[in-house]
Amino acid sequence: MSSQQKIAVVIPAYNEEASIATVVAEVNRVSKETGVAMTPVVVNDCSIDKTREIIAELDCIALNLPINLGIGGAVQTGFKYALLNGFDFAVQIDGDGQHPPVQIPLLLNAIHQNGWDVAIGSRFITKEGFQSTFMRRVGISYFEWLLKLLTGKTVKDATSGMRMFNRKTLALFYKYYPDEYPEPEAIILLSKNDLKFGEIPVHMSERMGGESSIRSFGSVYYMFKVTLAIIFSYLRK
Amino acid sequence: MARIQIIAIFTSILFLLQVAYLIHRGRLREEYAFIWIICTGIILFFSFWRDGLETMARLMGVYAPPNLVFMGAIFALLVYLLHLSVTVSKLQQQNKTLAQEHALLQQRMEQKLK
Repeated sequence: MSSQQKIAVVIPAYNEEASIATVVAEVNRVSKETGVAMTPVVVNDCSIDKTREIIAELDCIALNLPINLGIGGAVQTGFKYALLNGFDFAVQIDGDGQHPPVQIPLLLNAIHQNGWDVAIGSRFITKEGFQSTFMRRVGISYFEWLLKLLTGKTVKDATSGMRMFNRKTLALFYKYYPDEYPEPEAIILLSKNDLKFGEIPVHMSERMGGESSIRSFGSVYYMFKVTLAIIFSYLRK
Repeated sequence: MARIQIIAIFTSILFLLQVAYLIHRGRLREEYAFIWIICTGIILFFSFWRDGLETMARLMGVYAPPNLVFMGAIFALLVYLLHLSVTVSKLQQQNKTLAQEHALLQQRMEQKLK
């Protein structure tokens, strides 16, 4: 490594006026304290609250989508920015404060130490911090089983939105990234493209504000849609 | 010529004219117009040939001729709906790419102006 490696911290935000400023400030603080070069890239997914005005004043890159694309399209915008602007890595964290930015350097270390292309932050390795609800954990176990069946690899927290990608992975996601509920499907993409990935334990908090992209009444649809997406991604090409 | 035939022929011709008008005004792409013209053509054909439906039904082993109409129409609609779903998916994909490019360009422009 000749010069210092740059990390784009992609933060998708849909109506996150309550928490976005704190998350961005925290990323900048951690960057200053640890000396890891991190740039917050906030992707405002056409919020209807004050998110746009707030991020314009913050010390971050503000990308404003003209129409609502959903989480996958928003995150992909951040990945495109990172790839086109010469960042070495992009890490995705939620805009609602679920993923404490202090843990980003841990993901970077894991990538360097293990020679991975992708590091996934998992809640379930050491079982610390917010563990989600019982029904969600059942769903997550199901994805673990399905992904193990198709890829032969164990991913304990397939729905984790806290992930770090290198440029090779970003180039892949530039071409295609799933729209809705992208996380489990993305793992199939990684596996099919022979990218190396692994999980490390992270600590997650309960959201500070906003709503989960997976609402309770939509959870059956979620399971069905993601299962289909995983199987079709697996079968493609 | 039976009254219903005249009504059917008249309606089909009106429909054909409407399709022609829409193409002329550039509001309908030719590839869609093609499908509509063929459909109208089939209706027109059977409007002139009164016994055509019964003959076709007998040929295909359908006991009640109107059922052949329903079967044919429903099948054609399903195929067309599938085609439209594919088109919508493609448009959504293109729309997404455009929105992303827009956001990236806007950010670059604002950075230059600062």
